[in-house]
Amino acid sequence: MKHTPFFEKMKADGAKMAEFAGYMLPMQFSNGIIAEHKAVRESVGLFDVSHMGEFIISGESARLTIQRLITNDISNMKNGQAKYTLMLNEKGGVVDDILVYRFNEQKYMLVVNAANREKDASWISSRLTGGASFEDISDQTALLALQGRKAIDIIKEFIPAQDIPPKSYTFTASELLGQKIILSRTGYTGEDGFEIYCGYDIAEKVYDLLKQKGLPYGMALCGLGARDTLRLEAGMPLYGHEMDEQTSAWEIGLDFFIKMDKDDFIGKAALEKTKPAYKRLGIKLTDRGIARQGALVYDGGGEQIGYVTSGTHSPTLGYPIAMIRVKKEFEGKELFVEVRNKKLRAEVCGLPFYKRNY
Amino acid sequence: MQNLFFLPSHEWYDNDSGKVGISDYAQKELGDIVFVELPEVGDTLEKGEAFANVESVKAVSEIYSPVSGIVAEINEEILDNPALINEDAYNGGWLIRVKEAQGTEDLLTYEQYAATLK
Repeated sequence: MKHTPFFEKMKADGAKMAEFAGYMLPMQFSNGIIAEHKAVRESVGLFDVSHMGEFIISGESARLTIQRLITNDISNMKNGQAKYTLMLNEKGGVVDDILVYRFNEQKYMLVVNAANREKDASWISSRLTGGASFEDISDQTALLALQGRKAIDIIKEFIPAQDIPPKSYTFTASELLGQKIILSRTGYTGEDGFEIYCGYDIAEKVYDLLKQKGLPYGMALCGLGARDTLRLEAGMPLYGHEMDEQTSAWEIGLDFFIKMDKDDFIGKAALEKTKPAYKRLGIKLTDRGIARQGALVYDGGGEQIGYVTSGTHSPTLGYPIAMIRVKKEFEGKELFVEVRNKKLRAEVCGLPFYKRNY
Repeated sequence: MQNLFFLPSHEWYDNDSGKVGISDYAQKELGDIVFVELPEVGDTLEKGEAFANVESVKAVSEIYSPVSGIVAEINEEILDNPALINEDAYNGGWLIRVKEAQGTEDLLTYEQYAATLK
């Protein structure tokens, strides 16, 4: 089992650790998932997400290589921009959902899901175009996510104004403690926030610095439990829940990130020929209970039309919510979700469940 | 604590009131409890068998009955406010009250139960 460079410090700070994607990571701290979730919604929270994978693609054909691998279009990306995209297989299923960072025309970073890292590394490195080079820097790269409306105030405490990425999905390559870091205005919570990529060698010092600067702002230490409830409220899909290799990219509600008018990419031909049979919807349960991944979904007439892909109790809204995968034709509002042999009443509601208002 | 008797699986039975709940250790391990599913008044309980489900943000857990008997009362308050179990596992967070309880002989005292947690 692997440890991130924050393991010892976070354990000493009360982290309850659990295994995730081969790493021991904080699931929650002593105040609990709901308190952590609320801290991120109301002020700010800090997460260790060093398990994420980071790849560097470089060389003259770096852009071409990536364009062929992904559904989004990076041809008009500027240096210092980040973009969310899907990476498909030949059948139009999803190999992974990733973030693409552009440093310059010849150097990009891809950030991939921890559970998919090995698979992605071999998928990408065997599909390099025209001599582009591939490097997996995950084992040297630590990642902290500082999320919430007060994240900017904490960053301002120790990063010079010109090095702060000005808006969502931008980043800067700067220095901290004499070492190179990447400061990215991205996250997985539905809040404003930053992700800080740094080397393992300064990781503990960066953690101490963030705690010192962040605690006066009420910063909570947060685990993967809160990360999951936060992303779910924000309507953000999670690989292995809302998407996988068998599920067509047309069926996961991410059409905006699929650019059919750009040049050829892996999976495009399959997407041209297929129509979605399912769609992703958000629901709230009006009966008591929690619908989790795999729970079957029925329409008002009792016909089974799909299943739950992710579900939880929403700490912000105070009621149970879920994302479901149901037949495209379903148009109703009323639904039933089967939980432990009981059919619980639910209704369709718009995604995201939560949207920030600042 | 002297009237509380435990299963090693973290449920308690109050010998005076007949109430059943989960231990403080268990609520801490489960984390924030957001939903409780209880049996109905009049249901029969079998010692050692699951009679309730407690859901935290992360997962659902079955709760086992420390005694055999009949459900005399359920704690309606925790249906609306499951966090009571986190706040007060041995008092306000009780789950059900049992009548005609049997099988209390081999339950653990608090000291014996606490020793299993070490």
